[in-house]
Amino acid sequence: MKKNKKKELSTFKKINRRDLIIGASSIGAFSLTPKKLLSEEANPENLPPNLPEWTQYLGDGVDVNPYGMPSEFEGHVIRRNVEWLTASAESSVNFTPLQDLEGIVTPNGLCFERHHGGVSVINPQDFRLMINGLVDREMIFTLDDLKRFPQTNKFYFLECAANGGMEWRGSQLNGCQYTFGMVHNVQYTGVKLSDLLLETGLKEKAKWVLAEGSDSSGMTRSIPIEKILDDCIIAWAMNGEALRPEQGYPARLVVPGWEGNMWVKWIRRLEFGDKPYMTREETSKYTDLLTSGKARMFTWVMDAKSVITSPSPEKPILAKGLHQLRGLAWSGRGKIKRVDVSIDGGKNWKTAQLHSPVLSKSLTRFTLPFEWNGEELLLQSRAIDETNYVQPTISELQKIRGVNSIYHNNSIATWLVSKNGKVDNVRLG
Amino acid sequence: MLGLVRCILGFSLIIFIANTATASDRKFNLGQIASSEEVAGWDIDVRPDGFGAPIGSGTAFSGEEIYAEVCAACHGDFGEGADRWPPLVGGEGSLASHDPEKTTTSYWPFASTIFDYIYRAMPYGEAQSLSYDETYEIVAYLLYMGDIIEEDFVLSDKNIGEIEMPNKDGFLLPDPRPDIMNTHGNPCMTNCQVSTNIIGKARDIDVTPEDE
Repeated sequence: MKKNKKKELSTFKKINRRDLIIGASSIGAFSLTPKKLLSEEANPENLPPNLPEWTQYLGDGVDVNPYGMPSEFEGHVIRRNVEWLTASAESSVNFTPLQDLEGIVTPNGLCFERHHGGVSVINPQDFRLMINGLVDREMIFTLDDLKRFPQTNKFYFLECAANGGMEWRGSQLNGCQYTFGMVHNVQYTGVKLSDLLLETGLKEKAKWVLAEGSDSSGMTRSIPIEKILDDCIIAWAMNGEALRPEQGYPARLVVPGWEGNMWVKWIRRLEFGDKPYMTREETSKYTDLLTSGKARMFTWVMDAKSVITSPSPEKPILAKGLHQLRGLAWSGRGKIKRVDVSIDGGKNWKTAQLHSPVLSKSLTRFTLPFEWNGEELLLQSRAIDETNYVQPTISELQKIRGVNSIYHNNSIATWLVSKNGKVDNVRLG
Repeated sequence: MLGLVRCILGFSLIIFIANTATASDRKFNLGQIASSEEVAGWDIDVRPDGFGAPIGSGTAFSGEEIYAEVCAACHGDFGEGADRWPPLVGGEGSLASHDPEKTTTSYWPFASTIFDYIYRAMPYGEAQSLSYDETYEIVAYLLYMGDIIEEDFVLSDKNIGEIEMPNKDGFLLPDPRPDIMNTHGNPCMTNCQVSTNIIGKARDIDVTPEDE
C-alpha cells in the first residue's frame, strides 16, 4: 500500500516538474492563465494525513533562479491595462494590482507604468545629466558622478494625476486596480537636487526648472525652484536595486507628493530659467478644466486619498464570519493622520488601525476587522492627513470642479458587497 | 537653443567659466563643465516669449505638403484626427460644454508649445527628425487651419513669441486647493445625513477588461 502511494506521488511529481519548467521559461505563460491556477481546488493527496510531494522530494537548487520570481501560483498578480483607453500601447498606462499587495512597499515589477514614447533602453555608460541655464556653471554628470554625492534614501508614493480620471461622471471601471492603481510606493536612493546644485551654483534669477527626459517623447515639465531645493531627488535605485527600465533606468526625477507626470524618467537635462516653460504636458494636459471653460493650471500636489483594497471588486468575500478589511491611504501634503471606514455608505464611520511606518508622502496601510453574515454592505474609506484635510466625496468635488477635470479625482469610492459576497464599484447619490 | 541670443549667452558663459570656475568654488568637485556645443545639441526647448526658438521659418502654404506627409496619417488631412489619434484643430467654443474638445487651436495657450512639442516628440516614433523650417511650416499650417494666421504668414523664431492663441486667457493660477475644507479634520462619524441610493454601477457600463 505504501509502495503504491509512493509511485503515484512520483508520477505526480514528474508532471508537476515539467509544468514548472514550462512555467519558468515563460512568465507570459503564467499571466495568460492566472484564473486557472487560482481556481484549482486543493489536492486531497497533499492534505493531512497524506504527505505532499514537496515534503518527500528535492526541490530546485540554488542554481536554478539567479533572479527570483514570485511563485507561479501568484501569476494573477500583474499589472493590467485598459486597451480602449489609448491609441497606442507605447503612449499609454497600466495599473498596479493594489488589491493583491500587503504593507506599503510596491514590488518593483508591479509598479504601474505610464509612458509617452515607450520604454527607453539606456546603457548606464551612455547616461548623462546636463544642467544648464541660469546656473554659475553649466555641467554634465555621469551616473558614477551622481553616486559619489551624499546619498538619500526615502519612501515616497508616486500617483498619476489621472488616477481615477475615468470615474468623474460615474462608476465606470469595475476594479480596485483600474480605478486606483495608478499609484505605487517605493524606497528611492539618490542625490538630493539641493546637493547637486551646490556643484553648479544657481543664479539669483533662477526661479523655474525645466526637467527633460531622454525618451522619444522628450518629456518636459516646469517645476518651481522652491520645490526643487526642498525635497526633489535624482534617483537611480528603487527598493534596493537599480531603477527598472520602465521606471526611468538609469535615473529619474523624484518630486515627492506631486503628480507623477513631473517625475521625469530617463532624465537627461535640467534647465534653470526665470519663467515656466509652458510645455505640452502642463498646458494641454495636466490642466483641470472647470464648467466655466477655464482650466486650473499648475495643480501639482496630490491631495489625500484612500482606497479599500480588500474587499474590492477583485476580492469578493468568500465566507461568513471574521474578515480583515485592508486598505491604503496617502497624501501629497504630508502624513496620514487617520482613516475612517464605513460599511453603510457613509452614514456611520469607524476609525481604522494605521500600521507603522506612517511616513510623509508615502502610502500608509490601514486595516479594520469586521464580521460578515451575508448582509449587503456599502464600503467606503475616508483619509484625513496631518493638515486636517478630509478626503471628499465625489459630489463635493463635482460641485466645485464639474465633471471634465480628468485629473485630481481623490474622492471616496464605494464598494457594494452583495449578499453573495460579490463586490461592485458603485456610485451613490 | 541654436538661436542667436543663446549663441551669445553660450559664448559669454565660456569666458565666465574660464575666469571664475575653479575647483574650490565647487563643494564636491564632481562632474564636468559642459561645453556650449554640448548644451546647444540638447537644449531644444522653446518658451512662450520665444526664448529658445531656433532660427528658421515657414508658412502654412508650404506646410500643407509636409503635414500631409508626416502628420495626416494619424491626425487626418485637416487635423480632424483618425481612429483614436487626437484631432489637432477644431473644438472652438466647446470648452464650457459637456463634451469639450481640447485641440491645439481651441485649448493650447501658446504657439511656442506646439513648436516645442512637435520638434521634440513628433512624428510619433521618429522624434527630432524634422528640420526647424519643417517644424515652423507644420505649426503655421495648424495655426492657419485654426484661423489664427493667414496662409502666407511667415512664422519664425522672430515672431513665434508674439502669436496670440484664442485660449491664452483660459487658465487659472494659482492652484486654489485645498478647495474642499468643510470639516477641518472633524467629519461626521455617526448618523450622517448622506444619500445611499445606488445611482450607477460599473458592472452595468461593462467596459472593464476581463482576464482571459
